[in-house]
Amino acid sequence: MHMSDGLLNAPVSVVFLVVAAVGVGFALLKARADLDDRTAPMAGLVATFIFAVQMINFPILPGASGHLLGGALAAILVGPYVGALCVTIVLVVQALLFADGGLTALGANVTNMALIGTATGFLVAVALRKFAAKGKGGLAAVAFVSAFVNTMLAATGFVVEYAIGGAGGVEIGKVALLMWGLHALIGIGEGVITAVTVTSVASIRPDLVYLLKGNQKPLEVRS
Amino acid sequence: MKKFFIGFAFVSLLIAGVLSYFASGDPDGLDKTVEDTGIAEHAQEHPFSGSTFADYALGGDDKFTGLAGVLGVVVVLGLSFGLFWLLRKKSDA
Repeated sequence: MHMSDGLLNAPVSVVFLVVAAVGVGFALLKARADLDDRTAPMAGLVATFIFAVQMINFPILPGASGHLLGGALAAILVGPYVGALCVTIVLVVQALLFADGGLTALGANVTNMALIGTATGFLVAVALRKFAAKGKGGLAAVAFVSAFVNTMLAATGFVVEYAIGGAGGVEIGKVALLMWGLHALIGIGEGVITAVTVTSVASIRPDLVYLLKGNQKPLEVRS
Repeated sequence: MKKFFIGFAFVSLLIAGVLSYFASGDPDGLDKTVEDTGIAEHAQEHPFSGSTFADYALGGDDKFTGLAGVLGVVVVLGLSFGLFWLLRKKSDA
């Protein structure tokens, strides 16, 4: 979902560079509270995992593919603020080192995948948290739904940006229909990957799943 | 605890280094949308499209996708771990 330079006009690209900078700055301020000696390494590994899995484009239709965006995955595992930073780091490395995603488009790409994707994925996951606490099946379902929503809304981000100032003047309804149709399929893949990843982590280290914080019985200290 | 972190890193390395060869080469949802609507005609060449690791290859040769993937894993892990470690609350505070 990495857009190249030139798909959005210059003023809109600049506006979203500012939006992304403000959003990432806010996440930087808030992330500190969620990072300690245990969760900081976990957050680094979550960013790394998202980078790796984003390389794996899976087929959705003949001639079209999709890849993980990772917002809900990151938010469920390390929280919304640290999660947004994880996806941002991935996008910056992809744009600078691998020429994947434009430079003036980086603001819009960060806005869609790192900010909108992570925030909406997290909000859905929190709204459904009581199901996630009910065991592996519940957690998998919550992860799937959060990831599906994160994909659809990140796609909507592009639709809105294109409507504000896209190149070529293509009818917005046509853009929206294609984006939503394709991302409904990609969202299923995002949902499956997110559910498998989150439940795998939860089965080994439930203490490292941000969404489940507070569900565990506190450790009794016996003296 | 260490075992889990090492395992997680290893899975990422395996995905980026090996599984990446099996990725679909078809355009993703956004690329497909802009191609089918003609918006893609306005896309500009990436300023770094000629760089060494552009498009997850080595000098344009995608035989080395796995190597590019491993490099990416190392760079992302280094940057993110460094940032999050600096940002964290000290546990003994």
